[in-house]
Amino acid sequence: MVAFDEMTGGEGGLRAAYGELDRWLKEAPPEMLALRRSQAELFFRRIGITFAVYGDEESTERLIPFDIIPRVLTKPEWTKLEKGLRQRVTALNMFLADVYGKKECLKAGIIPPELVYRNACYQLQMVDFQVPHGIYCHIAGIDIVRVDADTFYVLEDNARTPSGVSYMMENREVMLRLFPELFATHRVAPVDNYPDQLLATLRSVAPRSASSDPTICLLTPGQYNSAFYEHSFLADKLGVELVEGSDLLVKDDVVYMRTTQGPKRVDVIYRRIDDDFIDPLVFRSDSVLGVPGIIGAYKAGNVTLANAVGTGVADDKAVYSYMPEIVKFFTGEEPILKNVPTYRCREPEANAYVLDNLEKLVVKEVNGSGGYGMLVGPHANKQQIETFRKKLKNQPEGFIAQPTLALSTCPTFVASGVAPRHVDLRPYVLSGANGISCVPGGLTRVALKEGSLVVNSSQGGGTKDTWVLDA
Amino acid sequence: MLSRTADSLYWVSRYVERAEYLARILDATTRLTNLPSAYGGAGTEWQSAVATAGCEDTFAKAYGEANERNVCDFLSFNPDNPSSIRNCFALARSNARAVRTALTSEMWDALNGAWLELQRFERKRMDREEFARFLDWVKNVSLAFDGSAYRTMLRDDGYWFSRLGVNVERADNTARILDVKYHVLLPETEQVGGSLDYFQWTTMLREVSALTAYHWVYRQAVKPTLIADLLILNRRMPRSLASCYENISRFLDAIGDAYNRHGPAQRQARKTSTNLANTPIEAVLQRGLHEFIEDFITENNRLGNVIVEQYLQ
Repeated sequence: MVAFDEMTGGEGGLRAAYGELDRWLKEAPPEMLALRRSQAELFFRRIGITFAVYGDEESTERLIPFDIIPRVLTKPEWTKLEKGLRQRVTALNMFLADVYGKKECLKAGIIPPELVYRNACYQLQMVDFQVPHGIYCHIAGIDIVRVDADTFYVLEDNARTPSGVSYMMENREVMLRLFPELFATHRVAPVDNYPDQLLATLRSVAPRSASSDPTICLLTPGQYNSAFYEHSFLADKLGVELVEGSDLLVKDDVVYMRTTQGPKRVDVIYRRIDDDFIDPLVFRSDSVLGVPGIIGAYKAGNVTLANAVGTGVADDKAVYSYMPEIVKFFTGEEPILKNVPTYRCREPEANAYVLDNLEKLVVKEVNGSGGYGMLVGPHANKQQIETFRKKLKNQPEGFIAQPTLALSTCPTFVASGVAPRHVDLRPYVLSGANGISCVPGGLTRVALKEGSLVVNSSQGGGTKDTWVLDA
Repeated sequence: MLSRTADSLYWVSRYVERAEYLARILDATTRLTNLPSAYGGAGTEWQSAVATAGCEDTFAKAYGEANERNVCDFLSFNPDNPSSIRNCFALARSNARAVRTALTSEMWDALNGAWLELQRFERKRMDREEFARFLDWVKNVSLAFDGSAYRTMLRDDGYWFSRLGVNVERADNTARILDVKYHVLLPETEQVGGSLDYFQWTTMLREVSALTAYHWVYRQAVKPTLIADLLILNRRMPRSLASCYENISRFLDAIGDAYNRHGPAQRQARKTSTNLANTPIEAVLQRGLHEFIEDFITENNRLGNVIVEQYLQ
């Protein structure tokens, strides 16, 4: 399986977008690259993106490796991607409004009702509740993989609390400092307006009761959460208070934060706490991270939660496989971004094909995540394959299967020099009352091990700056 | 600002101040015990160091004898002593991290750097020279943190809460020294004492880094009455109770003005401050030094609680 290389195009050529970068890489001595890489690391340490690493026993967070060679997308590539992202997120929001409202897509048979109703993320609390401006998923992270010059697939929709956007911004910051000469020869679309766009999005969905200058805060599970750095980074850039559950209180269905000048009313909460933990009175009663009564205030329309409660039903793997139909049903258009071809094992003919081709496919548990409950056929031994065969026969509705994809590669600075490594892309899409916005690019994750397709930071993945060339 | 943010800023400063205070107690006590026994008093200096640090009960549970090795370990590194230097830095850093963006990067660097470097000193057997270097390092961390706060923080409620923490802690520390050692300052010991008490007195001055200041202020030999005056009432001396309360009152008023509301904390601080300003040392001694200090510690704790109720919860 030969992967598409985004610099060479796969046949030893040179794609136009990478012309300047290629020339620069050929001239740059390896010692210089090594030096810049260590400077980049030092920069990350200093600004504190690693401060959870600093040797305290409680924290398990590590420095995510940063690759200094940027990933380059052309304007036309991005324009098409962005159009597809807007379409997909529009459909996600319409789907969520529908499954908690009129349920027309279920009536029309677009998706089997049990996939929605029996989904652990489907929140009965949200049924027939009108969220402000009908927006559920204010902040979405859509994971994209590329397989050839023209084909981008959506690998996964993240509609709950997608993270990583601080890396997108800090990666650009460090590149601007270390490689000013590259920015002189490339017209790179900026990303540093993301916090402004996020703030505008959050302000736009404030409840009607809020003043024209709504009070916004960012709710974090606290400093031992692995994404705490990002929470404090974003609160700082947004200029809003970073609150923990205990900083908020609910009285008569209104949320207040405890300040040195007494309780202050809160209108919009960008929450980075999962549904299950957000209100011990409604969800998990053992949660100490949440705010008792916050769902009451939410349903009384006195506070907006971003993202809304119950968005998880839209990013489930089984629902994912219906996304092309969902996009078509709600937007009336052909989906611009394709799904990875997916076999739903709940359908007998699909399951038969999967059982016959286990050694070629990736099989995923519908409710699994983070690589658990997964079979990677080409890398599995006989016993693992037989185990999955049994599972698929006993409980086919619990699984989906996909072909093993050859993710595209990008030049990456590794121990042996500059070499191709597999990448993916997570753009961040914001939906507010005034429409959808999306800063050009997103977070590129790279599998640093040769041949590896796993970009997760927990398994040796790193990140790259992502450039969208303006001209 | 968020009450939790103010609370963390207040406690970050308190913990750093306490760490420095512990270092000064250990430094002064080591010096005192280095004297030949004829000058050194009753041989209970290490016990008295633990008492001055205010953790006799925890110490008694963890160790038998109050000797140099046990006390230095307990006050510096013991993770089970909530007020060891190590734990003071750990708590300061953890509070700082929770409100990272309310600190300036200089303040964060000072604390985070200290926390990293502390691992270097971790609980190994140190000889006296190494230990002295460690104590110097602790004092330098406190200076660096305090200096960065002073030089880089915006002058608003965040700064004022942080300074409140420093001064409430400092007043408590000076009062503790007086509480444990008041007996060597009583007029009757002056006659009994002689050279033996002289070193006890200078140790007290060292514990608040005021030995040189004493000579500049009074220009005479060290006398217990004047030490009491310096530590309690002299407003030029930054660790005196009067100076701490002058600051506490000033910062609380700044907060009250900014918030357009003065409350019990401002009244309580003003009362104590006025009291310290209007009482001559003779009156303090006449009333009884020990009673005076005990009353002060009670009042200072009460103020701490009032600040918490009014602003930090």
